[in-house]
Amino acid sequence: MRRRQFLAVSGAVAATAAFGGVRPAVAQDSELVLYCSPQIEWCQLMVEEFEKATGIKVAMTRKSSGETFAQIKAEARNPKGDVWWGGTGDPHLQAAEEDLTEEYMSSAFDGLHDWAKRQAATANNRTVGIYAGALGIGYNSELLAQAGLPAPECWADLAKPIYKGEVQIANPNSSGTSYTTLATLVQVFGEDEAFEFLKKMHANVNQYTKSGSAPIKAAARGETTIAIVFQHDMVTQKVAGFPIEIVSPCEGTGFEIGSMSIIKDGPNPEAARRFYDFALDKDIQEMAAGAKAYQVPSNAGASPPPQAPKLEQIKLIDYDFKEFGSSETRRRLLKRWDDEVNSLPR
Amino acid sequence: MNRNLVWWMAVGLGGYLLLPWYVADDGFWSFTWLIGGAPVTADYASGLFKGLLHGRPWLLPVGVLLIAPGLVIGRPKADPVFGAALITIGALGLIYIVGQGFTIGISGWEFPGLEQLFGPTELRQEGMGYGALLASAAFLFMFTLGFAARGAIKGDVFVVGSIGLIVALVAAFVFFPVIRILISAVQDNDGSYAFHLFFPKLFDGKIWGVACVTSGLRCGVAWNSLFLAILTGASSTLLGLAFALIATRTDFRAKRLLRVLTLLPIITPPFVIGLAVILLFGRSGLVSQWLWEFFGVPPSRWIFGLPGIWFAQTLAFAPIAFLVLIGVVEGVSPAMEEASQTLRASSWRTFSTISLPLMRPGLANAFLLGFIESLADFGNPLVLGGNYDVLSTEIFFAIVGAQNDQGRAAVLAIVLLAFTLSAFVAQRLWLGRKSYVTVTGKADSGMPVKIPARVKAAVYGTALPWAGLTVVIYIIILFGGFVELLGRNNTFTFRHYIDTFGITQGEFGLVFSGLAWNSFRTTVSIAAISAPLTAIVGLLTAYILVRQRFVGRQAFEFGTMLSFAIPGTVIGVSYILAFNVPPIEITGTGVILVISFVFRNMPVGVRAGIASMSQLDNSLDEASLTLGANSFTTVRKVILPLLRPAILAALVFSFVRAMTAISAVIFLVSANYDMATSFIIGRVENGDFGQAIAYSSVLILVMILAIGLLQLLVGERQIRRRTDVVAPVPTASTGLAA
Repeated sequence: MRRRQFLAVSGAVAATAAFGGVRPAVAQDSELVLYCSPQIEWCQLMVEEFEKATGIKVAMTRKSSGETFAQIKAEARNPKGDVWWGGTGDPHLQAAEEDLTEEYMSSAFDGLHDWAKRQAATANNRTVGIYAGALGIGYNSELLAQAGLPAPECWADLAKPIYKGEVQIANPNSSGTSYTTLATLVQVFGEDEAFEFLKKMHANVNQYTKSGSAPIKAAARGETTIAIVFQHDMVTQKVAGFPIEIVSPCEGTGFEIGSMSIIKDGPNPEAARRFYDFALDKDIQEMAAGAKAYQVPSNAGASPPPQAPKLEQIKLIDYDFKEFGSSETRRRLLKRWDDEVNSLPR
Repeated sequence: MNRNLVWWMAVGLGGYLLLPWYVADDGFWSFTWLIGGAPVTADYASGLFKGLLHGRPWLLPVGVLLIAPGLVIGRPKADPVFGAALITIGALGLIYIVGQGFTIGISGWEFPGLEQLFGPTELRQEGMGYGALLASAAFLFMFTLGFAARGAIKGDVFVVGSIGLIVALVAAFVFFPVIRILISAVQDNDGSYAFHLFFPKLFDGKIWGVACVTSGLRCGVAWNSLFLAILTGASSTLLGLAFALIATRTDFRAKRLLRVLTLLPIITPPFVIGLAVILLFGRSGLVSQWLWEFFGVPPSRWIFGLPGIWFAQTLAFAPIAFLVLIGVVEGVSPAMEEASQTLRASSWRTFSTISLPLMRPGLANAFLLGFIESLADFGNPLVLGGNYDVLSTEIFFAIVGAQNDQGRAAVLAIVLLAFTLSAFVAQRLWLGRKSYVTVTGKADSGMPVKIPARVKAAVYGTALPWAGLTVVIYIIILFGGFVELLGRNNTFTFRHYIDTFGITQGEFGLVFSGLAWNSFRTTVSIAAISAPLTAIVGLLTAYILVRQRFVGRQAFEFGTMLSFAIPGTVIGVSYILAFNVPPIEITGTGVILVISFVFRNMPVGVRAGIASMSQLDNSLDEASLTLGANSFTTVRKVILPLLRPAILAALVFSFVRAMTAISAVIFLVSANYDMATSFIIGRVENGDFGQAIAYSSVLILVMILAIGLLQLLVGERQIRRRTDVVAPVPTASTGLAA
């Protein structure tokens, strides 16, 4: 017994020693702390390429944009991060509004698409667009065929009673994706008509999910037939082998601008600016498809991945980011959605 | 000369004179100060030299206070002046260190009032380091020595010191951060105080609505959570009891297998069970498709919502109930059961009037744990919730979601806290002041009695199908790691394991090229460090609670349970708010992860310890004390060996929790300290189930090994009692009494 215990103790000690080595600290000026919001492959690709190009060591943390925003806000008095790269634009705008991020004008700025520049202008250059993705309707072709339903083509189709219990979308209170949808519908139909539509569609919605991209994953697994999410998220599922088809609504659709911001008073401002310039580079943006990211890059010279939804073939609305990104409009629309739509019985 | 006092003066002065007072830029675990010129150079100066040479004169009084006890060092312990002096000096020292830490921060004055009073300041200070830590410890123990000398708790230095230590730790790492975040309940989103917003937020219809009773509408999240928690608490306690009875009171052959099976759900990373449940019972799940094909039951989404969460939570938390109950069921003395049977009670009567009531502390604790776990659970409602909203996910999305309302999160946290608190009070009332002592010093060589036939039937009837279901779910999980895309493309592949845990031959030897290695190493080491710490803190607290009587004991007990009651998300954000700035600056380090695990999981150690310890008769301690052992020796030589099941439970639980916890961790991980669960969440979010499942399977394997190792280390409790089970003595009255 004694001997067994001794062996066990020494085993445990050895294991701890092997895994729990003391990490050496890295000198300040050669380091960058990156908060990364897209999928991990893309984040890791950016880290590798940046380290290769500059020799600056990158410490990267991947969290969703909501989580990152909450963290930057909590750390505001003693910022620990340098750059926040990727994730939907609204929280970046909000961070700019709350003075959490720093103004910077990159030398690569002139070569960007207009929508990326407009994103920067909205935030007084405290953020910039790095990619764009349009909203769409995705459906599981197998389930649709099984139920003998026609494929939806327009937003208005989703209110038809034939799709009862088949549609899934996130709750706009918790998801930026869904809030973008709500704002898009308001801009497409006009506010009152948009809410009439949402009330009718409510009967068809089987679940308002918490996370924005959850509906398309449910559709991929066959848990729901129709999902309203960003089209690049649909591409990811399609490439993964699920029977997902992508529809760009006939009335026109809104889009998100994935953004990047420099965190105010971060520990390595010089490295932060280098990363910022680096991330807007044409060649770097073209690498995204290798990391299963199918958004449209913001550098006008970069060609989008072949699988990406072609923005020029999609009827895009002139989305008003300033109006619908403001806290006031957001609060009003969400309250109206809660009062008029989510409180209805199904 | 009082040896204890000399020791603590030496520790405090040593820290003050020799060790760096602040944490250096290179971090808490960096030891460059050893060769970097400590204690004199600016970067690594000790408190004394910071005060003398480097412009921090306010540190000098600390030294004076540390020497001050020298004045009374010659006095006998019984001298009232001795105790009073130590209490005063200790309290002053602690207040002074804490006060200066909170007054002068990283950007000057910490309170706006001070700036108005003294004008802006250039004074700055960083987070506290080793020197400050030792000086604070010295003051704390001088304070408790003083109380012991004045006769508190029969003058027991060890017990008074332990109480002081635990109170200080809980205050620093539970109350301080929690208060930080609860303050935001009365703030608006910009951080200014707005008390008028509090009550409308608290009594919001979304929280307390009861529309579901009268119509097809949904009820408030508070009711949803409460209802779910009661269901889960009850079902997991019943299942846990069934498994515990099979393991101890029957001759069931595959007991070991059963034990492994009941352990599996606890060591499964979050999301994986939910995922497997969907793959089985979802609209396109295996079982649903099979039912459709053979019985024409149309596939539906019934699993999303209350049934699904309840199911997954019962699966996940019944094992915790089992761990709590097994110690208690084993501890029930056969002597009483034998006495009952000798008096011709039927086996049913014996079971229902003797065995079951003696298990009451265990049942209550198991229910309480299941109830609280269900309230705080985050992974299952997220995956399976459907339209059934609960508090924990609402809090998470109030913070990270599009509404970004910390105040609402704090209000919801208060509601959650109120529920937990009520459960706690209800449990106390039910247990009352009855005695559950069955392990005494007297030789006790009875044999555990078999359970009556119908109980056995019921126990088998619930536990075995459940065990079967668990097996199926784990087959799915295991299988999922080895196929391309579970359910769609079932081609065999090692790809997911190679992607996550690949090792390739590089230029300079082996390279750990898999994506998961980094987070895996951190996770294992953090878990290995925090588990023993959790067990020590938890059991020490249990000992104090059960064995010592002192003023404020109830408040003390509540305080130690508090961190468990608060959802992880709230703990995570509150830790960032509290510990990102001096005086305690530990965000971005491994320390913050260890501390959050220790204080979040400590309540399990406490509960398990209390449940086992209330079965140990006081006469055991008294005998030891009478024979001249002090309380420290008594704990070490008498109590600890009898507490082995509780120690094991605490160690296993905290190790496993450190490897599988998610909601608090997600805010506390940093680039150098990434954890397995936050990596897995990323994979699941991305729809990469193969990698998520492969990683989870590896974690499960590691945890099984670790638990085996712990079991070897801790060993079994040796009670002089035979372990084989005998049939109940047949009595003439069996038929009648039933």
